[in-house]
Amino acid sequence: MAGNIYSKPVLFTIVSAIVILIGTAVTMFIPMLTPQMHPRLENLKPFTPLQLAGRDIYQREGCNNCHTQTVRPLKTEVMRYGEYSKAGEFYYDRPFLWGSKRTGPDLARIGGKYPDAWHYRHFEDPRSLFPQSNMPSYGWLKERLIDPEEVRRHMDVLNLPYTEEEIENLRGKTEMDALIAYIQSIGTAVKRRPVVKKAVVREVELKNPLAGDPRAIARGRDIFMEHCAMCHGDDAKGDIGPSLVDDVFFYVEGDLPDDDYFEVINNGTFEGMVEEGRTAKGGMPPFGEELGKDEIWSVISYIRSLKEEGR
Amino acid sequence: MNDYSYDNQTVKGFILSSLFWGVVGILIGIWISIQMWNPSWNIPPYFTFGRLRVVHTNGLAFGLGLGAIFGIFYYITMRLTKRPLLFPRLARFHLYLFNVAIALAALSLLAGMNQSLEYAELEWPLDIGVVILWVIFAINILGTIIKRREEQMYISLWFIIASVVAVAVLYIVNNLSVPAGLFKSYSIYAGINSANVQWWYGHNAVGFVFTTPILAMFYYFLPKSTGLPLYSHRLSIIAFWSLVFAYLWTGAHHLVYTPLPDWIQTLAIVFSMFLIAPSWGSVVNGYYTVAADWSKMRTNYLTKFFIFGITFYGLQTVQGPTQALRVVSQLIHYTDWVPGHVHMGTMGWVTMIVAASMYYIIPKIYNTEIYSVRVANTHFYLVLIGQLIYSVTMWITGIQQGALWKAVNPDGTLKYTFVETLVRNYPFWKLRTIGGIIFAIGMVFFIYNILMTIRKGKSLSASVA
Ligand code: HEC
Ligand code: HEC
Ligand code: HEM
Ligand code: HEM
Repeated sequence: MAGNIYSKPVLFTIVSAIVILIGTAVTMFIPMLTPQMHPRLENLKPFTPLQLAGRDIYQREGCNNCHTQTVRPLKTEVMRYGEYSKAGEFYYDRPFLWGSKRTGPDLARIGGKYPDAWHYRHFEDPRSLFPQSNMPSYGWLKERLIDPEEVRRHMDVLNLPYTEEEIENLRGKTEMDALIAYIQSIGTAVKRRPVVKKAVVREVELKNPLAGDPRAIARGRDIFMEHCAMCHGDDAKGDIGPSLVDDVFFYVEGDLPDDDYFEVINNGTFEGMVEEGRTAKGGMPPFGEELGKDEIWSVISYIRSLKEEGR
Repeated sequence: MNDYSYDNQTVKGFILSSLFWGVVGILIGIWISIQMWNPSWNIPPYFTFGRLRVVHTNGLAFGLGLGAIFGIFYYITMRLTKRPLLFPRLARFHLYLFNVAIALAALSLLAGMNQSLEYAELEWPLDIGVVILWVIFAINILGTIIKRREEQMYISLWFIIASVVAVAVLYIVNNLSVPAGLFKSYSIYAGINSANVQWWYGHNAVGFVFTTPILAMFYYFLPKSTGLPLYSHRLSIIAFWSLVFAYLWTGAHHLVYTPLPDWIQTLAIVFSMFLIAPSWGSVVNGYYTVAADWSKMRTNYLTKFFIFGITFYGLQTVQGPTQALRVVSQLIHYTDWVPGHVHMGTMGWVTMIVAASMYYIIPKIYNTEIYSVRVANTHFYLVLIGQLIYSVTMWITGIQQGALWKAVNPDGTLKYTFVETLVRNYPFWKLRTIGGIIFAIGMVFFIYNILMTIRKGKSLSASVA
């Protein structure tokens, strides 16, 4: 009897289709019908026209072939990239862009990590910031304009809300502007991870234990050149980021104590963050997971020494 | 004798088309492998890594892979049903349409029309073309099988039927989208659900393009070319049904530790482990078949292609389930280990078996012998060495990468910045390019051998006539 099926091709086709569809139904079709597969974070915002245009470019350029967009809930991964990805963050992603290969770093928490100016420079020539990067240059995106009507059509297909003004504002925007707007939106529905070393600093060391130490200053200089100069300039007088040798701290005259420096370097900043009554604009990346306590104090010693020199 | 002559032209057409797209895809493979350690090989806008990589994967999976599958399946089906194709003209049309579709696919991907779904990158107009191609193929294959002149369907036909059915379902379901212009669409699936659908598709595209069709070839051509009967029919029955049943549960092993619900991941991992059994059913069947007379390894040049091919399949199907485990995935996921896995399968298993099948078919349809066994042996060793260099270097650098990403200093900070972990790949990526070039030279020997055999066959048939 069992042998019969091998001489009945139509029956065989039907039976094999059923066998194939069982696993399909259990792991794919049925879950799709449950709300479990369609979660949405409370404060997740739909793409704006400019962001959507940027996302289309991300897809067109195949950035997902080198970049993932999911942080796994593993300790070192969360340290490197930020809070792990939540199911409800991807509600508007059609399709998802998680990727499968990290030739470049994960981008799930890239939004707000750097200022726009950093991205313009990086896309123009990644090797100007990281000489050993293998990311292609995308400077040519600056020469191509967005077509507002096309973006409107895409917004309509996706049923996303937009205003006429937003469409009008697309006029004159380049593909690079759009891509960066998208990049800055990624992963921002989830709050930045709370600070790790904060408690240690506040309670144990309010003052820089390495202040004025020549060895620490020398070490701080190396660290500064490696990690900070690309934004604050080789002389720390400001470039993409503000000057560190002036007396302005977060856009208000007057210096702040060591522990505030520590906190800014340790945790980075985000838009609207308030530090001693001063409001940050965001774009200073966190270094607390890459630089140890001593290293951060050393950089501070170095910055302070530059200030002294300047005086 | 001349029963199949018209259809032979179609078979040959597909084989040559497949080889053509294979050359294109492999050259692009070498190109992108260089871009990974020397970014000045990017030529924007059309030839950057992000766009070329999908031309490589699509060109080889669909150009080389499907081209070979169409041609070889037509060949096998005619032989196993003991009749010509039901619709020979349709098959000819299929051949032309196939080449047009692959050419347009390559151009559209270079132009950046990309759905961003791995192995389903093509935009909707081409998706429709692919579905038409597949329907034509299905009608012809299933029709020919239904109208067969041989009562029992041999194992290869089971795998062929399963592949035809599964790919149709997979491709259509995963590509459902809403057009937003001629060259742009948005998937109907969103977020974690779209991830789940995509990897249900992605894993099974591998399963029903790079596994079951290749097994169909293996089960047909191994006994044919060695003259040894298949070791166990019963084993192949068990292997077949459990393989096609279990494959569809495992897509989420590509999504381990993502926000996809845990139970779907866990089910996928469990079924991945189970897959070792049916996979090794075929491996054992192959080994025991040749075990009847191991001297064939020396005396018959094709035997080693099949034995090495099935060995890499065996390794692949142990490595795959291992990768699915959470403890392993957390280390190697997203690293170069995975391309190492991929290319052992594609270079060691798929192209090895496909090449051996073509070596068998071409002399048969020209009624001659292979042009040169020596050239075939050179081809074999070159692709073997090239593939081993590729896979081994990627495994090493993949593990290294995973370890460096996780490394922490005594004070709890990360030991390496991302770029520091990146540059450690460069020496291995350079070696991979060398491996790829050796593999490509092997393929040149192969194609030369095939073309010379065809030439020899032509002059032979001319002199007979
Ligand atoms: C060949 C692989 C590759 C491609 C393609 C690629 N990148 Fe990158 N990307 C990298 C690498 C490597 C880095 C890390 C070094 C650097 O910053 O240049 C990087 C870094 C980045 C960063 C900074 C991330 C961080 O946290 O520092 C962003 C943002 C980025 N890429 C966006 C993109 C976008 C958008 C695209 C598509 C237009 C793209 N990349 C295409 C490899 C790639
Ligand atoms: C990606 C660019 C970037 C890098 C790299 C960077 N910074 Fe910043 N930094 C900024 C930006 C932008 C601000 C302004 C932040 C704000 O307004 O929220 C800033 C602010 C600061 C401030 C507050 C200064 C003030 O006057 O307002 C300090 C201190 C600082 N950075 C130190 C560092 C140190 C030390 C490093 C290296 C370890 C570093 N930064 C690396 C971009 C960067
Ligand atoms: C029992 C059989 C197999 C299992 C369980 C399996 C499992 C896996 C797993 C878990 C991954 C994901 C790795 C990661 O990203 O962390 C993977 C990737 C892959 N495997 Fe396998 N594998 C099997 C056989 C094969 C075979 C025979 C091939 C043939 C070529 C193959 C081709 C691929 C490809 C192309 C990918 C890459 C997908 C991508 O990320 O784009 N696999 N496999
Ligand atoms: C000369 C030989 C080849 C070279 C040099 C080569 C090179 C490459 C490179 C550099 C990548 C990108 C890996 C990454 O992003 O890290 C890749 C991916 C891929 N290649 Fe090849 N390749 C070759 C042959 C083949 C063949 C013969 C096939 C199929 C029949 C194939 C199928 C694939 C697939 C499916 C991927 C995607 C893997 C993934 O997503 O993980 N390649 N190849």
